[in-house]
Amino acid sequence: MPTTAPHALSDVTASDATLRRFLHGLPGVDTVGLEARAASLGTRSIKTTAKAYAIDLAISMVDLTTLEGADTPGKVRALGAKAVRPDPSDRTAPSTAAVCVYPDMVAAAKEAVAGSGVKVASVATAFPAGRAPLAVKLADVREAVAAGADEIDMVIDRGAFLAGNYRKVYDEITAVKEACGTSARLKVIFETGELSTYDNIRRASWLGMLAGADFIKTSTGKVAVNATPANTLLMLEAVRDFRAQTGVQIGVKPAGGIRTSKDALKFLVLVNETAGEDWLDNHWFRFGASSLLNDLLMQRQKLATGRYSGPDYVTVD
Amino acid sequence: MAPVFEYAPAPESRAVVDIAPSYGLFIDGEFTEAADGKVFKTLSPATEEVLSEVAEATEADVDRAVAAARRAFEKWSALPGSERAKYLFRIARIIQERSRELAVLETLDNGKPIRETRDADLPLVAAHFFYYAGWADKLDHAGFGRRTTEGHSGANPRPLGVAGQVIPWNFPLLMLAWKIAPALATGNTVVLKPAETTPLSALFFADICRQAGLPKGVVNILTGDGRAGAALVAHPDVDKVAFTGSTAVGKQIARTVAGTDKKLTLELGGKGANIVFDDAPVDQAVEGIVTGIFFNQGQVCCAGSRLLVQESIHDELLDSLKRRLATLRLGDPLDKNTDIGAINSAEQLARITALAEQGEAEGAVRWSPACELPSDGYWFAPTLFTGVTQAHTIARDEIFGPVLSVLTFRTPDEAVAKANNTPYGLSAGIWTEKGSRILAVANKLRAGVIWSNTFNKFDPTSPFGGYKESGFGREGGRHGLEAYLDV
Repeated sequence: MPTTAPHALSDVTASDATLRRFLHGLPGVDTVGLEARAASLGTRSIKTTAKAYAIDLAISMVDLTTLEGADTPGKVRALGAKAVRPDPSDRTAPSTAAVCVYPDMVAAAKEAVAGSGVKVASVATAFPAGRAPLAVKLADVREAVAAGADEIDMVIDRGAFLAGNYRKVYDEITAVKEACGTSARLKVIFETGELSTYDNIRRASWLGMLAGADFIKTSTGKVAVNATPANTLLMLEAVRDFRAQTGVQIGVKPAGGIRTSKDALKFLVLVNETAGEDWLDNHWFRFGASSLLNDLLMQRQKLATGRYSGPDYVTVD
Repeated sequence: MAPVFEYAPAPESRAVVDIAPSYGLFIDGEFTEAADGKVFKTLSPATEEVLSEVAEATEADVDRAVAAARRAFEKWSALPGSERAKYLFRIARIIQERSRELAVLETLDNGKPIRETRDADLPLVAAHFFYYAGWADKLDHAGFGRRTTEGHSGANPRPLGVAGQVIPWNFPLLMLAWKIAPALATGNTVVLKPAETTPLSALFFADICRQAGLPKGVVNILTGDGRAGAALVAHPDVDKVAFTGSTAVGKQIARTVAGTDKKLTLELGGKGANIVFDDAPVDQAVEGIVTGIFFNQGQVCCAGSRLLVQESIHDELLDSLKRRLATLRLGDPLDKNTDIGAINSAEQLARITALAEQGEAEGAVRWSPACELPSDGYWFAPTLFTGVTQAHTIARDEIFGPVLSVLTFRTPDEAVAKANNTPYGLSAGIWTEKGSRILAVANKLRAGVIWSNTFNKFDPTSPFGGYKESGFGREGGRHGLEAYLDV
């Protein structure tokens, strides 16, 4: 039985028509205003103690990711070790939230992070295009969960969404949610760069939340435009409003293109001043990233020692 | 309870600005004492610290300054436009180069947050000089004069002569730019009096004029109180008066100038309506409401001080607005994370306080976010009043502070009727995702500036000015040239 949304809004998913009416009835998004607000929050100056707190928080929120055709068990083991202990020279550096890999690497990842508390996230559902029959997508998910994945990062069917088949997208998400069972949390990737408009991103956010997403996620990192301050701000507004209406808290994961500590801190300011401090925890906010971690570690070393180290003083994995 | 993510203090350094213990009047290219040697102090409104002492101009000083401007006029107005443009471009570049210094100075003297002086005031000041520099050699093609009626050409537009300009304290350097840039571009010379509480950036501008090599007497700066301003606008050798400030003073000036051949432009008060329809982009509308009334602590003539919200979304919008106001950061204006700075003076704070108390006394419901005010200086928490009607004083009088009056409407016609039901007519905002409604409503509003799905956005290319008791004449854009030309 598919999971149904157990809250005040459950009636809006009753049919394709009610779902469409609901999604198209959401307030519009003014592009200029949204981007101006994101840029304005980007001017916050995070210094000294605030910076130290934010850098450690950001490290703890990283889903350390490798999603390459060339991934091997050896590569994944190295990534796992890095996730558990990001800075071998400083044991006070927190672990990352998770490692994020393809389904066939879940077992290797699981072994690499065993006993550390670091989660294993797996992309699934024919990532990144999502162009496969539902049965294949569900099999993909089940394999990953069976191999021990704690979190599943699925992609929505953007084609269906753009064609207006919201119910199809909804049904797929609920089916994947069911395949995740009770053990794995579900992140729903919209590929915001392909949805193109902010109105679409807002609708996709609500669609995903209604269908049972535990996290809503911007992007695969495989297209031209990935996470931006503006699309993440918009999704933070969506989870904030969804909780206000239903009491259910949903996480947010920007992914792709966040490479520097400065960028990461800007995203944390967005979280702090939009969704609020309840989301300042890696249970509710993640960064999908790979090179970001080393920049965070270099900034962390700079704060601790007062001088910049350099790329040879952080590990390359 | 302390916030989870507490932003550490991030103050901008004061070391970038060197404020002298005293300043004279800037007349004929030199700083000089006032004729009677009198001075007054200028304070930092955030701390009440004395920043400097400046000369208090008398009538004799006004005479000297106007005479200097008159002497400079002949050569200045005879320069080719392209030569005047060079000076203006040079001034614009120097402003950009010194923008950090000027931003800190303005924040110290005015009390507004560094975020605003750095990101709004100073970029706009430079942009204004660049913009009018570009017009200086194109005045013959600006559409004035040379009218071809019955095959005859008229005269080219000519400068008026000496402009007497009096500006307010809310955007000291920006209002100076709005006044001086078009005046110089069109070939006039100026005597400008900055507001009594914010004289410093105008005096630094005098230094910039010297740095740019501007000929002596083209720009003269007289610091002082209302008496100096009154003497300036009444001076018989002033050809043009430009004033930005309160409606009460504007009316006095209009009386003074009546019957003379002086040209006059007035940019006065406002009680702008920010109209939010039920199909508005709500999150951006909330930002626009905040920008509309809390930008510069609401000390903005075109502030969106009346929120007209469609009754069907009133509760939802107010919840969002209150949640947003709770994130505003009030405090040290030099801190880069400060959103709300100090009120400019004790006098202004008293006026805001009295009007807010009157709002309560007349039965409106007052709300402010939890907000600790510093013990020194002049501070007022962001405040909103709900349950306000057209009959309330706080819906009619300009408060010029961070106080928003919330009213409701049911239909577009009612929104327009309420928005226009004010003696003022300076600004308005329309929030809707429906383009046809924006155009229809904008056409019916009597306001000089109408923003749609944004608020308090400024650009030198765009004319600015009011209807009714908000004044007359336009500043900015091609229209802004006309106020300084004999066409």
